[in-house]
Amino acid sequence: MTDELERRLRAGDAAAFELERFSRALSQRAADAGLLDVAYGSLDSPLGRLTVMVTPRGLVRLSYPGEGVNDQLDEVATRISPRILRAPQRTDAVRRQLDDYFSGRRRTFDVPIDWRLVRGFAGAVLQATARIPFGSVSTYRDVASEAGSANAYRAAGNALGSNPVPIVVPCHRVLHAGGGLGGYTGGLDRKRYLLRLEGALVD
Amino acid sequence: MHLPPFASLVEAHAAELHRFLARLVGPADAEDCLQETFMSALRAYPRLRHGDHLRAWLYTIAQRKATDALRRRGRQPTRDLGGVEPATSGEPPAVDDGLWRAVRALPAKQRTAVLHRFALDLAYAEIGERMGISEEAARQNVRAGMRRLRKEVSVHDR
Repeated sequence: MTDELERRLRAGDAAAFELERFSRALSQRAADAGLLDVAYGSLDSPLGRLTVMVTPRGLVRLSYPGEGVNDQLDEVATRISPRILRAPQRTDAVRRQLDDYFSGRRRTFDVPIDWRLVRGFAGAVLQATARIPFGSVSTYRDVASEAGSANAYRAAGNALGSNPVPIVVPCHRVLHAGGGLGGYTGGLDRKRYLLRLEGALVD
Repeated sequence: MHLPPFASLVEAHAAELHRFLARLVGPADAEDCLQETFMSALRAYPRLRHGDHLRAWLYTIAQRKATDALRRRGRQPTRDLGGVEPATSGEPPAVDDGLWRAVRALPAKQRTAVLHRFALDLAYAEIGERMGISEEAARQNVRAGMRRLRKEVSVHDR
């Protein structure tokens, strides 16, 4: 039974709604109230669309396309906080530095890093990796040794493979002792691209 | 225990909650109510025991925010506004304003049931589930609400 009244109820009263504008306002309010634990935004780079996640402590996750943004957000929700909102404006500092890096205007990153996704030995490995300068390379064995255990180069490899903030913590600068490229989360093509960008790989 | 990122709730449900709220409180106040809804939800979110029925949970909060807004509006003095109702002041005149005023004046359960049935096009079973009442009770609330609306609207319209 459809009558005039039902038709009008279905039609509703027109109210425009823009999700993007709404979430921007919401994330601003949430941040002001101290309720935004993780903010994220994306950045188009020569290596594809990167997703940047920041907390009040700093950069917590940087991911390549193909790593599955939703899985990453899920992981961050479980391990840090589910209070996550899209808030590109809060990732501006990191995105600007990445832009500068890719266009050759920047060699070091000076954004604070939130290490909460990293545990134990992996943390020591990544901190050692963070000290490898732009344009140079190191080996799995050397970063393991820097991290306090020269024999744990396999564990070091695993730690680098699960680096939550690639590029900024330059795990691409770690190679096999024999000169082989080793592995890379974002794929070896990206590792080569970054090493060439830094002048550490010439071919 | 796993809760999805809050952003996914906003993305999946903001638009439909906005439609729902626009029908409850009018288009001018819908966005404010929606902000309030998500702020309350965000505040409570990490304390939830599980991630089931999140959509229903959001609707419950939205309904509560709408009721608050309508109550606040009811308390506002109207004489300063020269006889213009606060509910519609500053808004472009809605085509079906009489109807929506009548909808907003329905008892809460009837209003929610009617809106879920027609504005959101849900089946009675789903309405019942969302309101935490039986399917039959949902049907009765819709019927009672519609009876009342027919009477109200025919009086206003003629």
